[in-house]
Amino acid sequence: MSDVIRAEGLRKRFGDTQALDGVDLTVRRGTVLGVLGPNGAGKTTAVRVLATLLKPDAGRAEVCGYDVVRDSVRVRAKIGLTGQYASVDEELTGTENLVMIARLLDFSRREARARAKELLARFSLTDAGGRAVKTYSGGMRRRLDLAASLINRPEVIYLDEPTTGLDPRARGEVWDTVREVVADGASVLLTTQYLEEADALADRIAVFDHGHVIAEGTSAELKARAGRQTLAVRAADLYRVEQLTTIVADLTGARPEVQAATGLVTAPIGDPAVLSAVVRRLDEAGLVAAELALRMPSLDEVFLTLTGHHAEPAATETVTEGSLV
Amino acid sequence: MSTMTADTASAVRTGAEPPRRVSPRRTLSHGLTLAWRNIAQLKHSPEKLLDVTLMPIVFLLLFLYVFGGAVAGDTHSYLQKLLPGLVAQMAMFATMGLGTALAEDIQKGVFDRFRSLPIARSAPLIGTVLGDTVRFLMVVTVLVGFGTALGFRFHTDPLSVLGAFALAYVFYLAVSWVSVLVGLLAPGPETVQGLAFLWVMPLTFGSSVLVPDTSTMPGWLQAWTKVNPVTHLADAVRALTTGGPVGNHVWYTLAWAAGIVLVTFPIAIRMYNRRA
Ligand SMILES: Nc1ncnc2c1ncn2[C@@H]1O[C@H](COP(=O)(O)OP(=O)(O)OP(=O)(O)O)[C@@H](O)[C@H]1O
Ligand SMILES: [Mg+2]
Repeated sequence: MSDVIRAEGLRKRFGDTQALDGVDLTVRRGTVLGVLGPNGAGKTTAVRVLATLLKPDAGRAEVCGYDVVRDSVRVRAKIGLTGQYASVDEELTGTENLVMIARLLDFSRREARARAKELLARFSLTDAGGRAVKTYSGGMRRRLDLAASLINRPEVIYLDEPTTGLDPRARGEVWDTVREVVADGASVLLTTQYLEEADALADRIAVFDHGHVIAEGTSAELKARAGRQTLAVRAADLYRVEQLTTIVADLTGARPEVQAATGLVTAPIGDPAVLSAVVRRLDEAGLVAAELALRMPSLDEVFLTLTGHHAEPAATETVTEGSLV
Repeated sequence: MSTMTADTASAVRTGAEPPRRVSPRRTLSHGLTLAWRNIAQLKHSPEKLLDVTLMPIVFLLLFLYVFGGAVAGDTHSYLQKLLPGLVAQMAMFATMGLGTALAEDIQKGVFDRFRSLPIARSAPLIGTVLGDTVRFLMVVTVLVGFGTALGFRFHTDPLSVLGAFALAYVFYLAVSWVSVLVGLLAPGPETVQGLAFLWVMPLTFGSSVLVPDTSTMPGWLQAWTKVNPVTHLADAVRALTTGGPVGNHVWYTLAWAAGIVLVTFPIAIRMYNRRA
């Protein structure tokens, strides 16, 4: 069986909120599925259903071939969960937390201690292992939480917004860990609000909005669905920007955007063949391009195309900047 | 194990089909691991035992000197009656912290971690209840230690005394499940204490704990104190530690304990499963 997760028509309602409104998902063995969506899209609810913490109102889901409702104990033997909020015991030390979970997973006392030591070392927590978790920083807590979900060497790992609130270095470490566990054969379902993160880690991406999967595919497929690529040309000679703009407008049939300060001219294009035509025309005109590129749309542009709104309010500014650069 | 390198630290464990159910033996073992957790927490947060350390002292002093003269004529003879009663009352009070701790665990997400593990859903609750044995021991130790310093003496054989505390412990375990239920029902940790007082107060004060002779109470209250399990526990502990007829109090207490567990345990497990 090559699908470790298969969910069909999952629905879950909380009072007036339809948190999941018919969600289909599949995760192939050894791959990362990125679940991308804004606040309240239903990401956590989906993870909780797939981790057997919540019963769906309708629909069914299998993890490693076991039904999440009827065979929940077996599903739990196969999964590791790092929830959105750190779920480690503040009043125990890092070592005690890991030993406790290992013991609950039926490791012998000796095995449990060895496994705890090994994971603490791997997450650079060896020095902090003897301290109570309440003295840890947010990043350390997250790492311990992640370590706790790897104790059993699970086949399927759920990471619910694993890097929210982490600094760039800590985020990079989490990314490396995800890549390592996948290299070791685990399959990962990762939720995120960061387009960049889904792009960097996920083999496939499911875009959530209001309890629906509104798009699913590889990062490249989603970008292609959002349609057009962007042509970016920068004139070496700032005095000839106007001439460059005319050429670009002529070839793309669009009204190019011009960044006066840098001389960068951008325009959306339908057909990548335009690129060679641009090169020819610039050559004929004796115009030197300091920069010439085709750019893929960003995932936020994808989100905008798919939903009609931005993925996250905070991203709006970055996008405007991005389309100018 | 120790030779394992970092590269294989997460290598996926593919193995035989996992068992479909968790056996009672494993559930007990998981429960003990989780009870250990409660005790290990105390190492880092000993202040958690502050209430069960101070409460017995304060209550003992207060009741002894406020009621002593009025109820028994002198404080020394009242102490012999009061202390066994307080063992029953303080055991009930000690269970209140459990509900708060549980509500905190749920709020902080620790229980989500437990619920995602292949352990029985009852294991974390059993663990919390067993782990709280420390609080019971603390209450009894402080009461007996402080009481002895004030002049309390056992008048029976050690076996009877042990039996008295064992009975109190059994009842304590049973009542713990009521606290578990309150912890699961409460909207948050802050409200647990208030809710707990609602049932602990009438149960412990509307009993023979403070006033062994209940014949001066109004009829309806007498009726209540007669069925109240805390009365039976207090009377049993009193008889077993200071002498006098034990009567049926031990059996009443045990029957009540069994009844309480039979009702609250299944409800608690169901509530816990449903708690999102
Ligand atoms: N236990 C609950 N009770 C009531 N409503 C809930 C509950 N859990 C989730 N919801 C609601 O369901 C919707 C989906 O929530 P969910 O937590 O799955 O979103 P999310 O995509 O994880 O969001 P975020 O990025 O903020 O974590 C939200 O509107 C949320 O308010
Ligand atoms: Mg969430």
